[in-house]
Amino acid sequence: MESTNFQNFRIDVENICVDYNGKVALYDANLRLKPGQICGLVGMNGAGKTTFFNALTGFVNISKGKIRINGESLRSAQIYQSIAYVPQNEGIDSQFPVNVWDIVMMGRYGSMNILRCPRESDVQAVRDAIERVDLTEHISTPIGNLSGGQRKRTFLARAIAQRASILLLDEPFAGVDIRTEKLISELFIQFKNEGKTILLSTHDMIHVREFCDLVLLINKTVVAYGETSEVFTPENITTTFGGISPDFLFGPES
Amino acid sequence: MELCSFLTIDTFITNPLTHDFMRKALFMSSLVAAVCGFLSSYLTLKGWALMGDAVSHSVMPGVVVAYALGLPFSLGAFIFGVGSVALIGFIKQKSRVKEDTIIGLVFTGFFALGIVLVSKIKSNIDLHSILFGSPLGISLSDVKQTVFISLLVLVLLSVFRKDLMLYCFDPRHAKTIGINVFFLHYLLLTCLSLAAVVGLQSVGIILVVAMLITPGATAYLLTDQFDNMTIISVLSAIISSVIGIYVSFWFDLETGGSIVLAQTFIFLFAFLFAPRYGLFKFKKLISGYKK
Repeated sequence: MESTNFQNFRIDVENICVDYNGKVALYDANLRLKPGQICGLVGMNGAGKTTFFNALTGFVNISKGKIRINGESLRSAQIYQSIAYVPQNEGIDSQFPVNVWDIVMMGRYGSMNILRCPRESDVQAVRDAIERVDLTEHISTPIGNLSGGQRKRTFLARAIAQRASILLLDEPFAGVDIRTEKLISELFIQFKNEGKTILLSTHDMIHVREFCDLVLLINKTVVAYGETSEVFTPENITTTFGGISPDFLFGPES
Repeated sequence: MELCSFLTIDTFITNPLTHDFMRKALFMSSLVAAVCGFLSSYLTLKGWALMGDAVSHSVMPGVVVAYALGLPFSLGAFIFGVGSVALIGFIKQKSRVKEDTIIGLVFTGFFALGIVLVSKIKSNIDLHSILFGSPLGISLSDVKQTVFISLLVLVLLSVFRKDLMLYCFDPRHAKTIGINVFFLHYLLLTCLSLAAVVGLQSVGIILVVAMLITPGATAYLLTDQFDNMTIISVLSAIISSVIGIYVSFWFDLETGGSIVLAQTFIFLFAFLFAPRYGLFKFKKLISGYKK
């Protein structure tokens, strides 16, 4: 029998099931990711991508299976703030009275005291993170006055400030400008070199080929999982998208 | 008659202060306003206006039962306030009826139960003062309890100020970094129930929801900073209470109604003239004029 050292895996998801009031949203899902790996989570709307993220962040309870993060429980991962979640722009109230600085500072809350008073190290971490996503001149800009791309960069900065080893990105390329797309691509390479593990959901098949070492195709359960070059085949994509041809998704060139 | 006596603005302000009941009413209403104003920021941002309405009405039977049994009315209010939310959640989960409908039927059901209980339980409960508030006739034991609850809520909200802000803004991130969102959810509900109890003494159970919504909505129009929003919300609530009490004193009007009307006028003022988000967007007008 193959012996597995759980410590080798950043994310180790084993046969998880999630149901909402008896309605199954995800079943028998597996995923194993090591440090420095980037994995694309691909599926139709309602295929369970968000549910997968919800399970990994502990936002929903799993009804079956096991999740281990860095070899430990999800609760430990929350206490050590090992996971950072970068939401979709649509998932955020853009009229909330907070600015870039406030949002990035939220990445440090977990390591502060109960009153969440920032120390000098927190201030420095936030400043560095904002600089890394090139938003220094927007430090006091309210979220409502930011463009889609700037908003996305703000939440990436929050993940950077959090210093998490795992990044979960929900549609990182949706609704962003070219400048942000380029910056995100550069950050991905840096994150990879830093040994961070990235799981990103996307509708854009070209980005999967460009950035992802691994791909997880889901349709309520895992359709296929493995290295992008092996798994991202027209047959698997057709199955994942309920019979829709890859030509339709990629264009006839692919 | 009294109207003739205020010849100057000075008399208008100082004359009521010579009465002990007015000083007490002003102090108590300002304290209650501060509590409700503070909480109001969170309710506005969390989108809990309807929930505030539900909880504030649902505490009614709790207050009546607590009075009848000689228990602190905050305890009864808390049990029924949180109980109503739990019931709303339960019905939502187990039926196909939409949430706003459930909220509407649960809080009116609780409220009706409260009214029936008042008429059935023989006690010295004054239905009128519960429904419309009685800041001018507040008793000493009520003062002590209101001060205690108000300070408790203010301390809780101050300590968990940033966590609650994060919970309203991005609960998933809060959960991811190990913050107990379940605790924050019930903390907010508990504070809401307690604020409803202290608020009902000031403006009455029918209008207490205004104390919990209007100051936050006013502040939301005036700033893009969360801390400023809290300060503006608290200040506008306190100012409205003071204006309401003075107006009710001089013009012999219902105090609760006057306080809420003052809040509504302040909101309308912000709605029309807020620099960035007002109907007339003064900031743009001024910059346009300068050009």
